[in-house]
Amino acid sequence: MLTDEEKQEIEKHIAIYPQKRAACIEALKVVQKKRGWVSDEMLKHVAEYLEMTSDELDSVATFYNLIFRKPVGRHVILICDSLTCWIMGYESLLSHLSDKLKIGLGDTTEDGRFTLLPIPCLGDCDHAPVLMIDEDLHRNLTPEKIDKILEQYK
Amino acid sequence: MEKPLTQHIRADREPLSLKEYEKVGGYQSVRKAIKELDPGKVVQIVKESNLKGRGGAGFPTGVKWGFMPPSEKSEHPRYLCANADEMEPGTFKDRLLMEGNPHQFLEAIITSSYAIQADVAFVFLRWAYKISARAIEKAISEAYDAGYLGKNILSSGYSLDLHLHTSAGRYMCGEETGLLNALEGKRATPRAKPPFPQVSGLFGKPTIVNNVESLCCVPHIVNNGPDWFKKLSYTEDGGTKIYGVSGKVKKPGLWELPMGTTLREILEEHAGGMQDGLTFRGVIPGGASTDFMVKEHMDVKMDFTGPTKVGSRLGTGTMIVLDDKTCPVGLLHNLQHFFAQESCGWCTPCREGLPWIERILLALEKGEGRQEDLDILAMHCKYLGPGNTFCALAPGAMEPLQSALKYFKEDFEKHIQEKGCPWRS
Repeated sequence: MLTDEEKQEIEKHIAIYPQKRAACIEALKVVQKKRGWVSDEMLKHVAEYLEMTSDELDSVATFYNLIFRKPVGRHVILICDSLTCWIMGYESLLSHLSDKLKIGLGDTTEDGRFTLLPIPCLGDCDHAPVLMIDEDLHRNLTPEKIDKILEQYK
Repeated sequence: MEKPLTQHIRADREPLSLKEYEKVGGYQSVRKAIKELDPGKVVQIVKESNLKGRGGAGFPTGVKWGFMPPSEKSEHPRYLCANADEMEPGTFKDRLLMEGNPHQFLEAIITSSYAIQADVAFVFLRWAYKISARAIEKAISEAYDAGYLGKNILSSGYSLDLHLHTSAGRYMCGEETGLLNALEGKRATPRAKPPFPQVSGLFGKPTIVNNVESLCCVPHIVNNGPDWFKKLSYTEDGGTKIYGVSGKVKKPGLWELPMGTTLREILEEHAGGMQDGLTFRGVIPGGASTDFMVKEHMDVKMDFTGPTKVGSRLGTGTMIVLDDKTCPVGLLHNLQHFFAQESCGWCTPCREGLPWIERILLALEKGEGRQEDLDILAMHCKYLGPGNTFCALAPGAMEPLQSALKYFKEDFEKHIQEKGCPWRS
């Protein structure tokens, strides 16, 4: 079930638009914020709340890169895999991360600490290569720098 | 040299507060427009300034505004959407404007909304721009408190509400009509045109969608006049341009320069030339969706017509440099992977063609390429080109590919002959 707090937050978004369903992406983000991802059950509740069918809402949820329909770790690493970062060392950064965390793209570490995902150009190309962990941007990365940064996320 | 858009942005991008911004003349254009000018006059001024869209397409902003039906004869609410979904690979300019001076961006939205008599405005910001989101949220709240937003702005009778939408990440949201679908809580597939958004856009109401950098020019045009704006430029297209360079140059970065600055000046003077030991091979001049330019094009003036004469486009004006130690085929594979992934799947050529291209490029990289693959790639450049797809995503994807096949053909052939990537061996 949606909590009262979640409902209140969703209502704030609904108030902005002339149609309830327009708030659906924000509503999915509200659910994901507390729970980490959007389960089938929660998707159904959100759909009911916004007077949509579950299928309709799922078609939206699965369209967007950052609505997670599978469980993720406590921290999500979004590694930029676009052009400039690729030129500036994305591949060695990724292989370093993969070796260190013992996971590939799309996987979660065994202890549930990190999920590693690719993301298109993060728009910080003069500091490439870059990645985001949760909501933080990390720039001008090298394998050594990455090791220190990961320490901040328990 | 005047740099109206970036003059107040600090080196560390700490955003200007409302007070700081007002102290340097901020929100002057809102006062001027609302108190002294008819909305139609503001549209006229922007038309005369020859401001062209900075999001990549280069359509004249004032002309776009002029396509809206007159306010008194149209349905309301009318909408303005600021397109801040900066997801074009290699593009990082709007981030600077939003992080460094969010109030300039808000002023631009308010003055532009007044011009087109919008009742509600949205900032459509990409999810990943968290620093921009925090800066804009704070600025919106300050602007409401100061009476620049909300009911009866500066006691003028004009009212405007502004909302921030932070999306959930998808390149297609940057396409004008895809953006509108996304704001309506749908998949960001493109819409058929006509009807154009100016007539039937967000929730079926008259809507204008403008890029962040385009909008940020508007306050300065209103304050200083269209002639001043035109004189900022070296060429016919008005204003300054925020150019950017990334890749293996000495000083990657962003610079606000006169529109029409040469490719040579941008790459050599501002970006400092190539890193030691590397040779320049080419540049994708305006985000991923533009044709390569090469050494012989160094003296091209980077405005909306210069690059088109050599088969490319200004695009977003943010350039990605290819050096001799980077494989052009690998680079193209990276690009086409992006486009194939971000295709919305709405129309067949794009949905089926892009993954096919990606697979061929991967095969070339792995040493499994065949001579006829190059013909298949060339065929796709035609079939996925302008006029064959629903929106500009696939034609944009073909621009770097078709020009790479032209300028770097021997590198493609080497992959076939040597059964692998020469840069990886």
